[in-house]
Order: sequence, then structure tokens, then C-alpha cells
Amino acid sequence: MNDQITTSRRSLLGITSKGLLSATAIAVLGGSQAFAAMKGKGMVASASKADVDILNIALGLEHEAIEAYQIGAESGLLAKPVLDVAVLFQGHHKGHRDALVGAIQQMGGKPVAAKSRADYLTGLNAASIKSATDILRLAQKLERGAANAYLGVIPSFNSKALAQVAGKLAADETAHWALLSSALGDSLPATPFVTG
Amino acid sequence: MTIRLPVAIGAFSLLLALSTPAYAVGDAVRGAARYESLCTGCHSVETNRVGPAHRGVFGRKAGSAPGFAYSLNVKSSKIIWNDVTLNKWLTNPQAMIKGARMGFQVPDAKDRADVIAFLKLQTAKR
Repeated sequence: MNDQITTSRRSLLGITSKGLLSATAIAVLGGSQAFAAMKGKGMVASASKADVDILNIALGLEHEAIEAYQIGAESGLLAKPVLDVAVLFQGHHKGHRDALVGAIQQMGGKPVAAKSRADYLTGLNAASIKSATDILRLAQKLERGAANAYLGVIPSFNSKALAQVAGKLAADETAHWALLSSALGDSLPATPFVTG
Repeated sequence: MTIRLPVAIGAFSLLLALSTPAYAVGDAVRGAARYESLCTGCHSVETNRVGPAHRGVFGRKAGSAPGFAYSLNVKSSKIIWNDVTLNKWLTNPQAMIKGARMGFQVPDAKDRADVIAFLKLQTAKR
């Protein structure tokens, strides 16, 4: 099963370690730019304490995703190039995290800290992970959940600029989910509104 | 004094409409799938994650899941989670409790009803 995943992932993504680094860097810059652009759109003026609270929930999601990929990477169950992809996606989440921290601070809020490793191991039921497939299924579930979480908070933002960024974050998570689903050999969604 | 039948039926219908809850009866099976799609980004039934664990939420006081750090306003609210309060919460949590951190909205009434039915079932399984 691991070999199948490795093969399908390799053929699907064709990722090299060189590409991994540049894509991660781009992700970080892209996230920062998304928030930086909001400055010019009056983000601080239109945003509210409630917006900061939502961003902090989003930051909590990103902390969890980063740790989930870390747990997967350190498990010894992932082989290249799947491992590279996990690190790539983790890099995207680190970019999201950094951008969110910057935005929260810019808005006068206090960014929520990551929980302990023990909390994440419990919260994610890491004890049940026995294979590469288990790791990818967990990542797939988290990415889809995060996509829907970002989509679900869009109507609550007072700042339209922040709502737009939530859409961009949802798009990233959806891309991760789609690629993980493909690597796992899941059938294509038969109905529209694919994240559910 | 006599009441004509159409008037009586109309009055009865109005009374029925007024006494009917604003929420629908949910489908827990569909609710499980909707919960998986909509809620598991932040929540799980058994463990506290970005949001609190949901086992036992139905009938529980808001802000009282063991071990979860709630906002002050949620923790100090007097709300008990039931069909009505959960429906209102899922419609727009920050409108229901000012200062609530959760901003996730479930706009579809059927989705809300089905998720609530699922949560109710999880509470019953304690």
C-alpha cells in the first residue's frame, strides 16, 4: 500500500526536493502578500475584535496542521516522495501561520500559541496511526475540514478583505485535500461543491 | 356565539404554526456526514482540539466541556445546549454570544437540524 501511494504520488506531483524549497518559500511570501495587501484596503479600520478572534481560531487550525504533518514526518512511515509532499504542505501551513500571526498583531490582537505535542497527539488520536495511509487519511481529513472551516467563517468577517483572504486559505486547503485524495486513489467527487 | 368552520380551521392553523418550533427534526445519519464535512476541521466528538469535544454537548451548559479554554463570554453564559440554542448558535455564533470566538456559520437549516440530531445521538451514547 505504501508503495502504491508513493508511486501514485510521484506520478501525480513529480516533485523534487529543489521544487519543494522554492514552493515553500513562495507559499510564505504569498501568504504575507495577501495580508499586506489588506492594509491598503482599510483592513484595520473595518476589522473588529470578532475578526481577530476568528483569525486566532484559524491560527489554531494552522498550528494543528503543522503539528499533524510533523507527527507524520517523524513517524518513519512516510517515504519519499510522499514525505517531501508532507513537508511541502507543512510549509504552506507555516506560511499561513506566519501571515495570520502578522495580521493578528497588526490588528492589536495576541496570537494564540501552539499547544503541546502531547495535546496534539491526543487531539488527533495519533495512537491510531499505523501506516502511511493512516497519515495521509488524517491529513486529508484535516485539510478538508480546514477548507470548510475557512469557508464557514467568511460571512462572519466584518472586513471584506479578511473574508477574501479566508477564501484564499480555503483554496490552499482544498488543493491539498484534492492532491491527497488523488494520491490515496479516491474516486473523483461525483457532485459539485466538492468540499461538502 | 358560533364560529364558522373555515375561521376555526384558520385559527387552529395559526395556533399550530405559532407553537411549532423554529427548527426542523433532524436526520442523525445525514448529520454524521454533515458533521464530518462541516465540523471536524476544528472539532471531534471525543477530544478537545481547536474547538471543544462534542460528546455530551446536548444538554450541557455552554462553556463547560472539561479541559477546554473557552472565551469568558461563552463560559459565563447561562445557555444550555438544546435544539433551539444549538440551532441559533450554528446559525451565527457571534451574534448569539458576543465575544464568542467561533465564527463558523451553518446557513442551511437542514444541515443545522441534521448536525444537531447527530450531536444529540452522540450525547445519548455516553
